[in-house]
Amino acid sequence: MREISAERITETVRKLCIDANRHLPEDMKNCIEACRGREDWPQAGEILDRIIENYRLAGDGGRPICQDTGLACVFLKIGQEVHVSGDIAQAVDEGVRQGYDQGYLRKSVVRDPLDRVNTGDNTPAMLYYEIVPGDRLEITVAPKGFGSENMSRLGMLRPSDGLPGVKDFICRTVEEAGPNPCPPVVVGVGIGGTFDKAAYLAKKALLRPVDRRNSVPFYARLEEELLEEINALGIGPQGFGGRTTALAVNIEQYPTHIAGLPVAVNINCHVTRHQTEVL
Amino acid sequence: MPVAIRTPLSREDARKLRAGDSCLLSGVIYTARDAAHKRLCELAAQGKELPIDMKDAVIYYVGPTPARPGEAIGSAGPTTSYRMDAYSPALIAMGGTGMIGKGKRGSGVIAAMREHGAVYFGAIGGCGALLSRCVRKAEIVAYEDLGAEALRRLEVEDFPVVVVIDSEGNNLYETGRQAYLAARG
Repeated sequence: MREISAERITETVRKLCIDANRHLPEDMKNCIEACRGREDWPQAGEILDRIIENYRLAGDGGRPICQDTGLACVFLKIGQEVHVSGDIAQAVDEGVRQGYDQGYLRKSVVRDPLDRVNTGDNTPAMLYYEIVPGDRLEITVAPKGFGSENMSRLGMLRPSDGLPGVKDFICRTVEEAGPNPCPPVVVGVGIGGTFDKAAYLAKKALLRPVDRRNSVPFYARLEEELLEEINALGIGPQGFGGRTTALAVNIEQYPTHIAGLPVAVNINCHVTRHQTEVL
Repeated sequence: MPVAIRTPLSREDARKLRAGDSCLLSGVIYTARDAAHKRLCELAAQGKELPIDMKDAVIYYVGPTPARPGEAIGSAGPTTSYRMDAYSPALIAMGGTGMIGKGKRGSGVIAAMREHGAVYFGAIGGCGALLSRCVRKAEIVAYEDLGAEALRRLEVEDFPVVVVIDSEGNNLYETGRQAYLAARG
């Protein structure tokens, strides 16, 4: 067994919360800049210029890219041969608490969905555990803004709806969201599993770099087709019209029941943030 | 060329603006999100005085990040506006003439805008670092317990917005997309 201390987890989460909120991943920057080059509608091009100027300013000046510094979604891939001394969930929350305080990040969590009193330190984190072979511990912090989260949808389709039904559900979700989730968006899609598994897959899909397609050729093609169909909607950056409505469509698929075809669409904005560190 | 607007914004000036106009706002604007809107409308329903004068007021839907030492405000871009739809008609009726946010508005808000003369401005969502540079001063006026959601008085200079919905109900989200699709053929 390899020992990893809870303190090390706290320190890593603290740093990742701050970094993720200030620095957009390179694949996202490259993608936005490539889309700027292809944008043929002048007003849309100007908005993309502002978006690029904003993330550069944030990165250089140590400022949050967006004021919605999100719910801290923390993904832990824990090697089977790792033993953590201390309480993992508490260690993560302490990292979030320190990171959101020291990084001047917004505290956007309420302790109860109905009484709505702010916890004041952005805890608790949304924790996702995965047990994997090996002796490493991989931590990903993905702050998730709620303008886009609120536009996400889950559909329990019928098997007879098939591929056309799935494509229609995904495109309709993006179209109905329109300007609300801060387009251009990244579209995370989960197909299969159960009700909750599909949603988890959709969220996980948002962690994959936007320049990497699904490893299964059928789904890689589907990602490209959907991106083209979404960008033909004309919603454009901020919803004022234009070519660039989505930056990427990332799909994760999983086996499912003979009676079901769950589809989840988790929308993220142009500030699709995540930082990873392996301990 | 963007239209320079100085707040407070009169009903008369609000009615002159058209969907699609780019504007640079300067002067005082007030921040309020979901929780502050709820409190303002509860006060109004009880017939009590509000902590701000709504006459000709412009409300910005934003919950900024904490200011770093030496800075007026942290990142401060718009939040999605439809969550304020339940409260906006009352604030417009009390004198409000401008709202700054992003995303669609409901028919009740648009009806109130047409009836009283008010505009809905859009600021670029997800550009909080950039927009914060236009804020010269920020102070909490009320509801400090709400943290990021407190009611703040901001002094802004050349704050860039575009008129999304005007006082006649013209809507850039509809016309902008239609124009792009028509041009694309």
